[in-house]
Amino acid sequence: MYRIRFHGRGGQGIKMASRILGTALFRSGFTVQDAPKYGAERRGAPIFAYVRASQQAINERGIIQHPDLVIVADDTLVAVPAAAVLQGISNRTIVLINSHQPPEVWQDRLNIKANILTLPADKDIQDRAELPFIGATCAGAAAAVLGIIGRDKLRQSIKEELASLSPTIVQKNCDNALQAFDALAKHSGLVTEGQPLSAIDFVPPEWTLLPFEEARISAPNIHASDTSVEVKTGLWRTMRPIIDYDHCNKCWWVCSTFCPDSAINVQDGIPVIDYDHCKGCLVCVGVCPPHAIEATPEHLAQQQEKEESTTGNTDDS
Amino acid sequence: MTHKLLTGNAAAAWGARMAEADYIPAFPITPQSEIIETLGAWVDNGELESRMVTLESEHSMITAAGAAAATGVRVFSATSSQGLLYAMEMLYTVAGWRAPFVLVNVSRGLASPITLESDHNDIMAARDCGFLQIHCANCQEVFDGVLMAYRLGEDPRVRLPVLVNLDGFYLSFTREPVFLPTVETVRQFLPPFDAENIRFTASAPESQAVAVLGGGPYSYFRYQSHLAALNGIAVYDEIAEKFSEVFGRQLDAVEAYRTEDAEIVFFMVGSFATKARDAVDRLREAGQNVGLVRPRLLRPYPAEKLKALLKGVQGIAVIDQNISMGKGGVLHSELASALYDQPDAPVLASFIGGLGGRDISAEEFYQMVADTHKAVAEKTTPQPRLLYTENELREIRKLQAIAKVEREETSAHSLSVKQNPPVSRKESHE
Repeated sequence: MYRIRFHGRGGQGIKMASRILGTALFRSGFTVQDAPKYGAERRGAPIFAYVRASQQAINERGIIQHPDLVIVADDTLVAVPAAAVLQGISNRTIVLINSHQPPEVWQDRLNIKANILTLPADKDIQDRAELPFIGATCAGAAAAVLGIIGRDKLRQSIKEELASLSPTIVQKNCDNALQAFDALAKHSGLVTEGQPLSAIDFVPPEWTLLPFEEARISAPNIHASDTSVEVKTGLWRTMRPIIDYDHCNKCWWVCSTFCPDSAINVQDGIPVIDYDHCKGCLVCVGVCPPHAIEATPEHLAQQQEKEESTTGNTDDS
Repeated sequence: MTHKLLTGNAAAAWGARMAEADYIPAFPITPQSEIIETLGAWVDNGELESRMVTLESEHSMITAAGAAAATGVRVFSATSSQGLLYAMEMLYTVAGWRAPFVLVNVSRGLASPITLESDHNDIMAARDCGFLQIHCANCQEVFDGVLMAYRLGEDPRVRLPVLVNLDGFYLSFTREPVFLPTVETVRQFLPPFDAENIRFTASAPESQAVAVLGGGPYSYFRYQSHLAALNGIAVYDEIAEKFSEVFGRQLDAVEAYRTEDAEIVFFMVGSFATKARDAVDRLREAGQNVGLVRPRLLRPYPAEKLKALLKGVQGIAVIDQNISMGKGGVLHSELASALYDQPDAPVLASFIGGLGGRDISAEEFYQMVADTHKAVAEKTTPQPRLLYTENELREIRKLQAIAKVEREETSAHSLSVKQNPPVSRKESHE
């Protein structure tokens, strides 16, 4: 059985990636199981999705503990414990990371035995964080390294799964996925089917007898504190809203009121976005009456910030 | 017939569509909403000729479902978890009306603390209400289960509403290959609802419920519902045979997997049973005679079938994905009561786990069998095991440490402010 796990953030099309790959495998004659896994749905929060494919009936279900292939759509997740990107990785796992860093850097950073590839190997694909399309791109890359799905099956599956979208968007997804497929074609068949866990020499679960603990310790309790301030949910952001103060009416209340995370503070009548906590939902972009808030891909905004800090040039200067 | 990848939710919606449900009262809740969204889209684009109404709560939704069923039309609805509990008063009420309909429950653990993920405490809470219960292990069974449920509930010997249960996430959001027959084939299996005396005629009102009753008359109606539910076992068998003729799939009231010569069996309901099937295969490869017994039909409780299937088994690992506080696993106590009068009854080892979506790993299935073997050898009934690992305890200790440190810091801060109000440098020198 092939066991494939996709990691990404809510809004990056990770569920769609698993569905495209699932359909492509199903169309290629495999029995398939695909599913997303997430908590309360939140844009930018870590999610994963998985695909199982086999020539036999599939009785396994739920979380893939021992993946054959792991695809990481967003390399900032590698360091997030809740994303559990590296869970159950062994020396026969292929790890495919969408990253500007080369595989050697990741191999060095993580010091894991898995075989690491980065997407794309091809320099032609410039904007690796082109967010609305990254899901399909990851599916295309996964199809390539699996080596059991033809180009046509991949294209048909994207068209089937994205049928409700406009032809332009479908085409863009197809182009990106096929580009990734071609870029990784030299690794075709790198992923091999994992074996089921033997019942002969298994490691017994470390079961424990849960002790009774007093209610003052064991009752679930959300107690008022500053924890939500401490958690930098701004890390989830894939798109950054930027206020253009030349066009801002200084109405002081629209964006700050509609921000679902209270991440826009009004200081001296001027709205200021708290980027430590803005999750990039872009509600403010939608509600701003003079259209003074722009949405910029986070990685571009960061790049720009970096350039400004090195050259010392800012918009204000 | 088509063969396509469908989520458990989509399979449930296809079941309602193929059953040609007339009326669909709806209220959204995770992880069920995809069912009503799918049906809503079909009603909207004309693919499904049903009246769909969104209600303001699950309580109203079940009231509407029962009321519509009491006019003699075919009704479908779906809910989950807190929604099922919110509807609880009406579940009992409409079941007593003896007007059949199908309600899909997408299992999700109950608050508090709150979770979106799966366990069976919601459906177990509804076990005594008069709805029959069909439990599904994969997406195909969800589709099949809805069709089976209509025939079962609408049978004149039964005439009770039926709950079809599927696990949240593990089935609701999981796509698997599902065979979808044509509606003509479905009609061969599921004829239009013959509502007998259940009807609604304008200006000739009729009521499915009678006024306040006590004692004997009250008992009569309650007992009749119970007897009708019990009829459901034989009726289910007939229907399953017909189902197999039409669709070629066997949906026995109790699945028995590799039990012929089994010494130890897993006993459980729901989608994790397919994981147990895998464990059975692996354990057999390791030379152990292990099997799986899984009721699809939990209400009525197929006690005689279980007695027959479990005859000669030495030990049973009962896996409950529910917990009755202060008692233990519901499946365990029900099975114990069914097997109590059996000579050489097997040892029952109770395992509670898989709560709130918590996985049960292959290693744990293997270990459950090892523990049950040990109990058989020692002729003792082991203490119920709450599946929980050292690692999970470490995880909660970490969270507790964060909470505790943080709490102590803030309370220490507020305490120190109270005890030592800020004083100026000058004052402090005085």
